[in-house]
Amino acid sequence: MSDILKTLIEIVGPKGVSNNPEEIWYYSRDPGVLEAHKPDFVVAPKTTEQVQQIVLLANKENIPIVPMGNGMSLTGLVIPLKGGIVLDMKRMNKILEVNPVARYVVVEGGTSQGVLKAYLQKHYPQLRHSLPDAPAATTIAANVALHGQGKLTQQYGFNSDMVTGLEVVLPTGKICRIGSPSIGSYWFSKGPSLPDISGLFLGWLGTTGIITKVGLMLYPNKKFREVELFVTDRVELIPEILYKLTYIELLEDINVWFAPRPLVFKDTFQITIYFTGDDEEEVEFKRKMLWNAMQQYIDSKDGGFMSIQYLKERLLEMPQRGVAEFADVPKGGGFEYSGPIIPIDHFPRYAAKLVALAQRYNLLYSGAARLISGGHSMMFAISFAFNRDDKGMMERVKQALDEATQFALEQGGIPWKPNFLEQRMILERMDPNTRDIFKTIKETLDPKHIMNPGNWEIS
Amino acid sequence: MNTLRFREDVCERCPTIDCMAKCQYISFNSLEDAHKEWMKVVYGEESKILQQCVTCYACEEYCKRGNHPYFMICEQREKKGMLSAPRPITNQWINMTQMQGKFFVGQVEEKALSCCLLPELLGLGTGELFKDVQQSQVFGAEFMCPAVHSHFAKMSVIKERLPVVIENFHKLGVKEVIFLHDECYGTFTVIAPAYGYELPFKPVYYMDYLVQRLTDLKDRIKPLNLKVAYQRPCSNRLIPDKLVLVKKILNMIGVELVERKYQGENALCCGEIFRAVSGYKLASDVQNKNINDMIEAGAEYCVFNCPACQVSLSEKVTKKGLKPIHLIDLCKMAIGEK
Repeated sequence: MSDILKTLIEIVGPKGVSNNPEEIWYYSRDPGVLEAHKPDFVVAPKTTEQVQQIVLLANKENIPIVPMGNGMSLTGLVIPLKGGIVLDMKRMNKILEVNPVARYVVVEGGTSQGVLKAYLQKHYPQLRHSLPDAPAATTIAANVALHGQGKLTQQYGFNSDMVTGLEVVLPTGKICRIGSPSIGSYWFSKGPSLPDISGLFLGWLGTTGIITKVGLMLYPNKKFREVELFVTDRVELIPEILYKLTYIELLEDINVWFAPRPLVFKDTFQITIYFTGDDEEEVEFKRKMLWNAMQQYIDSKDGGFMSIQYLKERLLEMPQRGVAEFADVPKGGGFEYSGPIIPIDHFPRYAAKLVALAQRYNLLYSGAARLISGGHSMMFAISFAFNRDDKGMMERVKQALDEATQFALEQGGIPWKPNFLEQRMILERMDPNTRDIFKTIKETLDPKHIMNPGNWEIS
Repeated sequence: MNTLRFREDVCERCPTIDCMAKCQYISFNSLEDAHKEWMKVVYGEESKILQQCVTCYACEEYCKRGNHPYFMICEQREKKGMLSAPRPITNQWINMTQMQGKFFVGQVEEKALSCCLLPELLGLGTGELFKDVQQSQVFGAEFMCPAVHSHFAKMSVIKERLPVVIENFHKLGVKEVIFLHDECYGTFTVIAPAYGYELPFKPVYYMDYLVQRLTDLKDRIKPLNLKVAYQRPCSNRLIPDKLVLVKKILNMIGVELVERKYQGENALCCGEIFRAVSGYKLASDVQNKNINDMIEAGAEYCVFNCPACQVSLSEKVTKKGLKPIHLIDLCKMAIGEK
C-alpha cells in the first residue's frame, strides 16, 4: 500500500478512500461527451478538518485535487484531467442552521438540493430555496460554485447571488470564512458591507478552494404555484414578449423552449411562466396581469396561451424530468448542452444558430432558455441528445458544441460552466489585463497548481 | 373536397334570425341589423360576426331551419384567411391531432366503442355498464372526430380528415360505433351529412347506450339523492335532440338536475376555447358566471359530459366547493362501482 493511500485512510478511515478499479472508472468520467481521465484516489471526507488534512497532504505530495459534488455539470468539470484525488463531498451533507426570520440556511459542502428541499418541506414549509432543474442529488455548493440557476433565478438572480457566506478550505490548507461569518456567528451576508471576496470562489469551478459550508438565502414558499404556457411562432417577438412579462414584476420563473419533437411543439416557441400566491385572489391577480401583458399578441394572432391541463402536473414538477427524457429520444441516454449567458434580445440569433448546427451535424436538438434577474440576461441552452453507444454521434455533438461556444463568444455571450477547452477559448478572447487579474488570483490562492488543474489554466 | 350544403334562400327568408338573435356573445341593434349582418356572412362579405364569433357552436342549435350557421361562419373565415385563434395555437392543434399511426384498436367485431383522442374515455368506457363493448375500444387520431378544428376556422382540416376517419372505421368492418365523445357523435350525424359524407356504419350516442344499460341494471341502482348541475359541451349544440337524455339518466339514478339560468339553449361554454380565441377576460367572466350559477342553484356536483370540459373546469369548480364528475362515473356510483 502506498504511503499516500495509507495517510488518506488515516484521515478519513478505510470506507472513505478507494483506488479500486471500479471506483476509479466511475470517478474518471461524467455524463457528457468529454474523454475520461483516471484519478489516483477517490476520497470522501466527512468534516472540514478532514478536507484540510487532505489538502495539506496534497500540498506536501504535490497531488492534484478535484472537488466534486454529484458530478452532473456535463462539461467534465470534475473529470480529473491530471489525475490525483477526486474529493467526493457527498458525505458532508448536514444542514447546520436555518434562520427562518432572516431567511437563510447554512449547509455543509456536499449537501444535495434534494436533501435541502425535503428538509425545508418538513421543518420550514413556509420557506424554499432556488432549486435548479437538475437531478435532486446535485449539490448546493457545486451549483453556486458554477453560477447555477434555479426556480427563483428570474426573481433573484443566479443561485450564486443568493449565497450568504462561505467556508472554504484554501489550496494551501487554510480554513477561511467569507462574509458575515468571518466576523461573527451569523451567516446573513457574503460580502456587503465588507469587500465581497466570495467572487474568489464562485465561478472558479473548484480551482481556488474547496467550499465546505455554504450560507444560502431562502425565500417565501407560497401556498399555491401556478403555470401558464404562452406560445408563438415568431421568434423575433420573443425578446419583447419577455420584456413585457418581466415588466409586470410578478412572475416566479420564465423559461423559453423549443424542439422539433413531439409534433405538437414543432415550429413554435413555448414560454413557460410560473407564478405563486397565498390565496386564489393573489394567484388570479397575477394570472390576469400576465394575460393582459400578452393580450396584444392574442389580438394580432401571433401568440396565445396553450391549454395545459394535461401538461400541468409535469410543468409544475420540481425539478423537471423533461431534460432527462430528452436525453433518451435517440436512445442511449446522453445529452449535453452549451449554455451561454446572453442578453435577452439575442434570443433569435441563438435559436437560428441552434437549428443550423443541428442540421449541419445531423443531431436532435432542444433549445431552452431561463430568464435571469428580471430579464437582464438569460441562459440559453443549446442542447443535443446522443446515443452513448454511437461514438460518431458523440463526436458530432462535441463539434457542434464547440462551434456553439465559438458563436456565443463572437456574439459577446459568456459560456456557462465551460469545459476546459471552452475555458481556453474564453481566456484567449479575454482582455489581457483581466486575464492578468485571473492569473494573479489563481497563483496567489493556489501557488502549487493543485486545485482542479487543467481548468481556468492561464499560461 | 366536399362542400357545405347550405341554403342561402332559407336565411334570406328567415323571419326570426334566431342564429344571431340568440347569440350570447355578439350584440345587434335590432333583429333587422342581425339579419343584415348575417346575410353579409352568407354572401361572403365582411361582417362583424366574422370578427366576433367565439366559436361556441350555439347557433347550430338556434337555427331551426336546417341550415348550418356555425359551419358557414367557419367556412367564410377560412376563405378570407381569418384566424379565430392565434396562429401558433391553431397549428399546434393541427399538429397535435395529426394521424401518426399511434392508435389503439381492441377486439372489434360488429361494434366498436370510440374513445376519440381523449385518454379519459378509455377509463370511462369500462365496468359493468360497458362490459359487452369495452373490449372493442378504439382510440387515436385515426379515429378522432376532427370537429375541433372548426374552433380554429380550419374546415379544410375537417374535410381532409373526416373521410379518412370514416374509412378507418369502415376498414374495421363495424356495423355500429358507440361514441363516448359528444363531438364525435355530432360529427358523424351532423357534420358528415352537412358535407355529403356517407357513413358505412351506424353511429350510436353513448347516452342512448347508457339508458339501455341502466334499464338492464335497474336492480343494482341505488338512488344517489344528489343535486347536480350539468355542464353542457359546445358540440352538444349539434345534437340538441339528445339533451333530454341527461335528465332521463339522472332521473334513473336518483339525481336531481338543479334548475339554473345557464342551461339548455342558454348554457355557457366551459370557456377553455375562449382562452385561445379571446383572452383572459371573456374566459374568466364566462367561467365565473357559469360556476356561480351552479352554486346559487344549490348543486353539490358539477356533472360533465365532455372530458375536455371536465379537464378545463374541474379545478375551478372544486375551488368553489363543487365536486366535478363525469356523467358515466355518476352512473357507476349508482350501481356501486365507484
